[in-house]
Amino acid sequence: MSKTQVIVGLGSCGIAAGASKVYNKLQAIKDMGNVDFILKKTSCIGMCYKEPLVEIIDENGSFLYGNINEDKAAELIQEHILNKNPLQNYVVKSELFKTGEEDFFESQVKIVLRNCGYIEPEDINEYIARTGYEALKKIAKNNISREDIIKTVKDSGLRGRGGGGFSTGMKWQFAYNYQSEEKFIICNADEGDPGAFMDRSVLEGDPHSVIEGMIIGAYAIGANQGVIYCRAEYPLAIKRLNIALAQARERGFLGNNICGITGFNLDIYVKEGAGAFVCGEETALMASIEGERGMPRKRPPFPAESGLWRKPSNINNVETFANIPWIIYNGAEAYAKYGTPKSAGTKVFAVTGKISRGGLVEVPLGITINDIIFKIGGGIQNGKKFKAVQLGGPSGGCIPAYMGDTIVDYDSLSSTGAIMGSGGMVVMDETTCMVDMAKFFLDFTAKESCGKCTFCRIGTKRMLEILTRITEGKGEEGDIEKLEELSYKIIDNSLCALGQTAPNPVLTTIKYFREEYEAHIRDKKCPAKKCRALLTYTVIEDKCTGCTVCAKNCPTQAISGERKMVHFIDQDKCIKCGVCFSKCKFEAISLT
Amino acid sequence: MRINRILQEKKRPEQKEVDLSLLDEKINSYRGKKGNIIPLLQGAQSIYGYLPDSVFDKLEKELDISKSQMYGVATFYSQFRLSPVGKHIIKVCHGTACHVQNATELTESLAEALEINDGETTPDGLFTLESVACLGCCSLAPVIMIGDEVFGRLNGKSAVKIINEYKNKENQ
Repeated sequence: MSKTQVIVGLGSCGIAAGASKVYNKLQAIKDMGNVDFILKKTSCIGMCYKEPLVEIIDENGSFLYGNINEDKAAELIQEHILNKNPLQNYVVKSELFKTGEEDFFESQVKIVLRNCGYIEPEDINEYIARTGYEALKKIAKNNISREDIIKTVKDSGLRGRGGGGFSTGMKWQFAYNYQSEEKFIICNADEGDPGAFMDRSVLEGDPHSVIEGMIIGAYAIGANQGVIYCRAEYPLAIKRLNIALAQARERGFLGNNICGITGFNLDIYVKEGAGAFVCGEETALMASIEGERGMPRKRPPFPAESGLWRKPSNINNVETFANIPWIIYNGAEAYAKYGTPKSAGTKVFAVTGKISRGGLVEVPLGITINDIIFKIGGGIQNGKKFKAVQLGGPSGGCIPAYMGDTIVDYDSLSSTGAIMGSGGMVVMDETTCMVDMAKFFLDFTAKESCGKCTFCRIGTKRMLEILTRITEGKGEEGDIEKLEELSYKIIDNSLCALGQTAPNPVLTTIKYFREEYEAHIRDKKCPAKKCRALLTYTVIEDKCTGCTVCAKNCPTQAISGERKMVHFIDQDKCIKCGVCFSKCKFEAISLT
Repeated sequence: MRINRILQEKKRPEQKEVDLSLLDEKINSYRGKKGNIIPLLQGAQSIYGYLPDSVFDKLEKELDISKSQMYGVATFYSQFRLSPVGKHIIKVCHGTACHVQNATELTESLAEALEINDGETTPDGLFTLESVACLGCCSLAPVIMIGDEVFGRLNGKSAVKIINEYKNKENQ
């Protein structure tokens, strides 16, 4: 009989939810020596809404337990392992019985996340045990030519997963075409989109898949140096990448004559970013690696011709690289089987916001938005109404609930005004104000604009000013038209994607939620009751019992009234903090 | 625009003298390497917690990198600080998911409890309050990060409670 395994999910999210404490507790129990089990670490399992997660694998199968704390961990060991009595109430996934969480996994296809949550990311052997580095060995063993690798990637239909959606095979072809002594392969791990954490999860959970993808890419285009540009905000990802790189060097997957392929020499190092969203743009990223301010360069020349240190370079995103070993190992057809004819394969989404089951999901392209939100995500939190979903971060847009049947692929999403983007999917309910959302994103892009192009630098600032005005009840007729005019000018006159896409959040919210803008501007009302300056708190006379709680808690003494008499809010003094509203036990404060 | 960040430095707290010899190791390992400005500044910041003026002087003298170039880089990236910071840096995430889940409330409550504005340091030098872009823990929104520790699913009250725990630990 094999030993029982206890596996703790220790990704950044899990650790934030308290998984380290759970792990330490389990270690302490193990150290006492009364119970015999193997304690292991893995990374993100994807069910972020149930973190911390602990999986127990015994002779009966696998039991994934959710929302585990230190006490529950001790209980698990006692009941599950010692008493052989799995605690079914805590189980969120098992092959043996239904837990009610099956919908979360059913529609998912795991290619990029094939190993995440299954392996200990700091141990190369666990990656190798799950066909890791087999794709690379297959190339070496069968003498697969560089041209054939590029053809396979082209045939698979894989498109850039960082947001651009350009054919990966074509990109490799361009880099292959330029001859040079020195060539670079670069992995873009500068995941700056707020609301997205797919790349972090892959790097933390399965760093070798990205490294193997880069090695294969380097061989195909003829690169001899590799750089992974990773956000400094992801310390755990950087740590695990460096461990993985050292292991790969040790095993001869990096170095000289890799896997016995004569003349194929490559080393990869990690370069820490320093916090600038624009560095996700490939030319800005290269400027940053060179130690400069991360400002985009004019293209052409494209990086394939003149990139890092003016040498031919190829940049792909983390998720793109993680797909590569699977495609080479299983073939282009197997990959193209998933997805739609023009958008093949799967895509990882970070589903967050007002969703019941938020987490990391990987779905075949071609699925509908509704399927992701309602089937996998379990609908909206607290029974509220689904209003819109934001895709693609500051470069993307909001898609309204009534367009939930939209198919998730590059072209269908673009036609709505949003973009596939890197995979952030923030779900919003009726309490989210769309003007406030647009302002939020413009605030972000205005701060992150590198300042090179005038329209992006000043235009975003002017747009932010208008949006701020609108949310403060100082909107004027003609503001919407001004926003639109500025948007098109910024799109037309910016060098890089940051500027070209910055107005998208505004344009899509105007397109689909124009009446909300009008309510702010004309009626000075925020329908979602979010914009503070536009709220009015009043006492409902019939309901007020004169308990004086509101008056006592009001920070500005704006509420007056005798005990057992109806109270009154002085609107001039009211700072709209909402304390009276939340303190009143009789629902006697109305919010309009 | 990113240059806005320079304006905030107008009222700069005083800089204490720092031991510049700690920097020698970094200087030697990056001497003559291309693209070394960012790692050098990152190294210096990891030693001193911020980038003291004297560091720029030393790097210019030792490595012949112009100060304007270094200052350009240091003000471009949000990671770099030109002023001393508190012992604990409280990073309040203002990513999309956190924004939707009311991260503004966290910043406001913490600012009120610590009696400082966003971006400032408490007079006792214990805390610096900072709004940051996404920390990548979106499913636990809204979150704050103190040091390397992330706290999730907060509201104004629970965030202040965490700070009070830190305060109590310091006072012990």
